[in-house]
Amino acid sequence: MTAASGTPVSSTSKPSKAEPAKSGWPKKAVWHVLVIGVLLVLLYPVVWLVSTSFKPATEVVSTLALLPRDPTGENYAEVFDGVGEFGVLHYFWNSLMISVGAVVGNVLSCSLAAYAFGRLHFRGRGPMFGFMMITIMLPQHVVLIPQYVIFQQMEMVNTFWPLVLPKFLATDAFFIFLMVQFIRSLPRELDEAATLDGCGPIGVFRHVILPLLRPALITTAIFTFIWTWNDFFSQLIYLNDPEMFTLPLALQLFIDQASQSAFGPMFAMSVLALLPIGLFFLAFQRFLVEGVATSGLKG
Amino acid sequence: MTQSLVKRPEVVEPPPAPATRGRRRGQGVAYLFLSPWIIGATLLTIGPMVASLYLSFTDYDLFEAPSWIGVENYVTMFTADERFWHATWTTTKYVLISVPLKLGLALAVAMLLNRQRSGVGLYRSAFYAPSLLGASVSVALAWRAMFSTDGTVDRLLSSVGLDLGGWVDQPQYALYTLVALAAWQFGAPMVIFLAGLKQVPRELYEAAAIDGAGPARRFLSVTLPMLSPVILFNLVLETIHAFQAFTGAFVVSSGRGGPSDATLLYPLYLYQRGFTDFRMGYASAMAWVLLVVVAVLTALVFRSARRWVFYAGEDR
Repeated sequence: MTAASGTPVSSTSKPSKAEPAKSGWPKKAVWHVLVIGVLLVLLYPVVWLVSTSFKPATEVVSTLALLPRDPTGENYAEVFDGVGEFGVLHYFWNSLMISVGAVVGNVLSCSLAAYAFGRLHFRGRGPMFGFMMITIMLPQHVVLIPQYVIFQQMEMVNTFWPLVLPKFLATDAFFIFLMVQFIRSLPRELDEAATLDGCGPIGVFRHVILPLLRPALITTAIFTFIWTWNDFFSQLIYLNDPEMFTLPLALQLFIDQASQSAFGPMFAMSVLALLPIGLFFLAFQRFLVEGVATSGLKG
Repeated sequence: MTQSLVKRPEVVEPPPAPATRGRRRGQGVAYLFLSPWIIGATLLTIGPMVASLYLSFTDYDLFEAPSWIGVENYVTMFTADERFWHATWTTTKYVLISVPLKLGLALAVAMLLNRQRSGVGLYRSAFYAPSLLGASVSVALAWRAMFSTDGTVDRLLSSVGLDLGGWVDQPQYALYTLVALAAWQFGAPMVIFLAGLKQVPRELYEAAAIDGAGPARRFLSVTLPMLSPVILFNLVLETIHAFQAFTGAFVVSSGRGGPSDATLLYPLYLYQRGFTDFRMGYASAMAWVLLVVVAVLTALVFRSARRWVFYAGEDR
């Protein structure tokens, strides 16, 4: 990241009329050094986490050195072999299933609701919209226990359903709000034109709104994936059989059992758990940062 | 597209009868689109809210039917449960320290990055990264290792003569491990601050400079007032967020909230009561107290906002 930051990025460095040439290069150099310095301190824990995962057991606890003196892949080999009864890929797969399920659910259900709130007229729209906005701020603890009882009575505890099903019922109101805002910014003339061409509300949704909504859908998909992948609380509550464990749960289990000597594999597993988020971040950083800037989404 | 727009005036006044029928059909379609949300809001939000309020007045262990005990949970909580008060106080400390620290860092770095320089987009993304990573068990684990005895932070502090020992094992420092973890994720509010800073008209700074205002004066008289709506937004969001912090505290203390309950944040204690002790009624009561506290605090912040939040174009 820091190596690339020295080279100019054409898209962000358009010369601006407002900034005259008065700030010369020494000032700029000081600024770059300052920013990179802060960044190095900030990203140190992540770099340290990754580098420790490549250290042999003797080095893990004994040195502060950032780079492993004797890099090894044995931590990873151990983790792929098995943590508890299963290899790390098993947990990886479980996490992936839940995250992909949540993405599909959120994109479908939230876009449907957002279209209704953003474009259609129906009785009770005002109060319903108000209630939807309140649920954004509602601490999940208030609904936690009855939800648990419901899923327990449906015999869904220890399955993926409690983690995925709510997403198909548009429980992440934040994304509805995000999409409503986006839909309201689309010109109404497009809807009217489609209506004249014989489209009903469903046709307008499919042929006009949905294609134009793509940026908001992508933002929703990325954030849903990352949040679900990172989520610990709901998974901790609903999954208790190691076979159903996700990566965060397996990692937590591992920490509790691990002695000092197992530090290396633990870090290897941590890196694997962070990997998809890192890749998503590198691929979509623009979308993510802009999504936060325009909608106030959380990280 | 434009051609169909031209045709528009012809249908501006449709005959009334089909319109009502169409409207009613439109309503049906609207509810169809809304049906997943309506089912979710009813079964997973409104229903559970009512149920949890009811459960908060009962003794319920998940296996036998809940038995009504009136306000006993609340009375016990407020008068006899020392850990409840301890968790409340710990959480208050956590919120009061971590939120201003996080927002301060966010604003400082946002101002640093609010410049037309090459690579600024990349820097912005890099500073945002911890906001995504920090919620994970992985980073919480790294935190635990860094702040433990002989961990990176301990050795670093020792090397400058501050022999504090591992923060994770010491009741007086353990909470600050979590505060540091929260502050480290300042990227999300930073991005929002950056968006706000872009909205501040340059003329205001120029005018202030002409009036002889130095950098500090310009920050206090231009930046802060112009940014106040964004500060309000970040403050409310981060406060609500901080009250619900869980993963870090759970991982750092292996779910126990130790040492000596120093990291027993409110949600962690609620989890222990509900899912370790199976006192679901008590946990529900705790959830309602949390809801009331968060709601009252949010209302107070909004109320105070009338005094300090400035909206451009508003008469003052």
